[in-house]
Amino acid sequence: MALIGSIPAPPTPVAAARLLVLRNFIVYRSAWKLFITGFLEPVFYLFSIGIGVGKLIDTFVFHGEQVPYAAFVAPAMLATSAFNGALLDSTYNVFFKLKYDKLYDQILATPLSTGDIARGEITWGLLRGSIYSAAFLLVMVVMGLVDSWWAVLALPAAVLIAFAFSAVFMALTTWMTSWQDFDKITLAQMPLFLFSATFFPIEAFGNGVLRWIVEVTPLYRGVVLCRELTTGVVTWQSGVSVLYLLAMGFIGLVVVRRRLDTLLRT
Amino acid sequence: MSDPRDESMIRARDLRKSFGDFEAVKGIDIDVRRGEAFGFLGPNGAGKSSTMRMIASVSPVSSGELRILGMDPATDGPAIRGRLGVCPQEDTLDNELNVFDNLYIYGRYFGIDKATCRDRAQELLEFAQITEKAKAKVEDLSGGMKRRLTIARSLINRPELLLLDEPTTGLDPQARHVLWDQLFRLKQAGVTLVITTHYMDEAEQLCDRLVVMDKGLIAAEGSPRELIKAHSTREVAELRFGVGENEALAEKVADLGDRIEVLPDRLLVYSDDGDEVVSQVHARGLQPLATLVRRSSLEDVFLRLTGRSLAD
Amino acid sequence: MAMTPRSTDLGAGKLSVIEGMTRQYDYWLTVFKRTWRGGVANSFVTPLFYVVAMGVLLGGFIDGDPEKLEGATSYLAFVVPGLVAAHAMTLAVGETTYPVMGAIKWHKTFYAQLATPLAVRDLVNAFLAFVLFRVGSACAIFMLVLAPFGVFETWWGPILAWLSQVLVGMAFATLVFAYSVRLRSEEGFGLIFRLGVLPLTLFSGAFFPISNLGPFLEWVARLTPLWHGVSLSRMFCLDTVDWSLAAVHVVVLTALGVLGWWLAVRGLDRRLET
Repeated sequence: MALIGSIPAPPTPVAAARLLVLRNFIVYRSAWKLFITGFLEPVFYLFSIGIGVGKLIDTFVFHGEQVPYAAFVAPAMLATSAFNGALLDSTYNVFFKLKYDKLYDQILATPLSTGDIARGEITWGLLRGSIYSAAFLLVMVVMGLVDSWWAVLALPAAVLIAFAFSAVFMALTTWMTSWQDFDKITLAQMPLFLFSATFFPIEAFGNGVLRWIVEVTPLYRGVVLCRELTTGVVTWQSGVSVLYLLAMGFIGLVVVRRRLDTLLRT
Repeated sequence: MSDPRDESMIRARDLRKSFGDFEAVKGIDIDVRRGEAFGFLGPNGAGKSSTMRMIASVSPVSSGELRILGMDPATDGPAIRGRLGVCPQEDTLDNELNVFDNLYIYGRYFGIDKATCRDRAQELLEFAQITEKAKAKVEDLSGGMKRRLTIARSLINRPELLLLDEPTTGLDPQARHVLWDQLFRLKQAGVTLVITTHYMDEAEQLCDRLVVMDKGLIAAEGSPRELIKAHSTREVAELRFGVGENEALAEKVADLGDRIEVLPDRLLVYSDDGDEVVSQVHARGLQPLATLVRRSSLEDVFLRLTGRSLAD
Repeated sequence: MAMTPRSTDLGAGKLSVIEGMTRQYDYWLTVFKRTWRGGVANSFVTPLFYVVAMGVLLGGFIDGDPEKLEGATSYLAFVVPGLVAAHAMTLAVGETTYPVMGAIKWHKTFYAQLATPLAVRDLVNAFLAFVLFRVGSACAIFMLVLAPFGVFETWWGPILAWLSQVLVGMAFATLVFAYSVRLRSEEGFGLIFRLGVLPLTLFSGAFFPISNLGPFLEWVARLTPLWHGVSLSRMFCLDTVDWSLAAVHVVVLTALGVLGWWLAVRGLDRRLET
């Protein structure tokens, strides 16, 4: 067997990210059942709270417009599905690959770098969140909960949300040392999900400090952005949300890379 | 006369590695030439793995000079890694992919195109004798198969230099021999091998040259034969007198050889003629429970140099 | 020192049910001491968040119309009993999925316990007794914390409600236990949570009257065990008790619990033999 041959150039950053996404895709091909059920969660909430509880509520006023409850809750579920999709892959799975499978050690023995790993894994988290969101958006359209052509931008908004959370969650995961630390993630996920004006308007917090605290939390920015897009009431605050999420994503990306360097390149 | 740089696969001068306050590698010099099988022999904790990781360009050098294939890992890491094959101590196989995909995807990490990856993966499955397991899950393989797969994977980029960290640890004797055979064939095909091990038979069988490492430093260097000749006698007579009695009888046989080592379970008398030693022992009226005359090995070299046995 | 066995020590018949359980008391006490801290966040804080977010904040926008809320005078009073019942189910399922598989497959605790005079039936009983304790204590704490918020109509109602929550929790505990012992891989658990626990929590009348679902789906909801628990729990809290309906609920839940127990013991027996 002729062994020594010509040496190809190391993969470009884009090619490297694609490879890592490909790898995750191959792994998920066989776990498609679990993949699909992840999509169902926000749909269940939509039908249960959006419609079931919706019969107890008339409409909400959002940025001066009357919005039926189901149409009020649905965009929040869109943002949440992006959030959930990103969370799963950027926490448990990354932790497992980092500590148990030692997958990243293997990859670093090749010409790939920690930057490639960070970009590749975050891209996958982003894709997963986006697929869920796209499917959910379809459900919304079919159920007549979409009120404006701005909703076309709701999908890129969801991708942005998935990107931001994927990066930040992966960064947090690099600091975890044991499975018990994941209780902290659930502890953070629950209040974010429930209190980001997902099921009730932000006016429920009054007009003081509490309201402003919620205004700066990431899922709220994602929820309100999606809501503005699907109900067609876009304001300058939407721009703020976009910038906020972009910044969050890029900071997360940089942190992940640094942390991987510290953990694996000693 | 060819440029000596072409022939130097690895060159280290006063290489050091520290983890915080702990210095794992305390200044070593190494030269590995193309086509040879080079070994790092030493017990656990000697600094072998740390050295290997520096050579593999995944662990930054703390101080000293290190050149691999003529390049500096601090600046040319990816280029070096593209030409190396690494077989780490633990089988870091991708447990979520099947056997074939492990090879295929890993090859793609090097930038090798899809068709070539596929062909090479197929070839390597045959080389590793696990073709029928192509679609199997990694966790279903035996220890020996996993190790063969790890070695196969390390060859996907047709490396010039192959690094193997404790390649046969934990394998049964038959699996070890299969592996040695594969490594020997690789060497014949021109691949430079660097192996770390704490098995002296492995070092003797596979390596052209080796260094004996202990506590972060190099204690001796040379071919297995040279080392044995320099640091031990030709033969050794092993005498077993029963637990607790070996030490007491040491003085009585001390003069029979060039050197004597007292171990918990036996006495080792080093001499050029082991049979003579044994008959002398009997002549003195001593009655060992068992005797064995054998040739010196690297184990004896290590014992001599460090005062401890390899399997610590 | 004579080490000869006495005849009374050697397998003189099976242990009594009580004896079989009490011998595992120290084991479960140790388990509790090691794990209670981690459980606090998930088993207490999470449902509290739901109560505040849905009951209080969302509830502020919903009319307290007893006609629409099955007799409750506020949305908060309406959701609390249902949420606690759903929480009992979630806790019970959590304790009878991964821990059971762990005792069989990863830590193999059951195997170790069976090498003693304990029998499979004893293992199941003690395990379920621990789950009972966890569910019971979590729900009791919950109800106590919520009592000052004016959601209970009588003093005896919450006590009966608490018993209903424990009953529905245990019905799920036994059924899921029986399922877990027959499962080979933990991937099945993900489906239980996503396709079982979550939709049940959302559609069994905890958040809204099941009549809001439309006639067909309403009947589907009535078939779920959780609805029985939610309905029972709510009737007692709001003092809107329909005793014949309550009796139906109790009978159904008890029957499911017994069925689950029987399936669990048989299943575990078979699983540990192979």
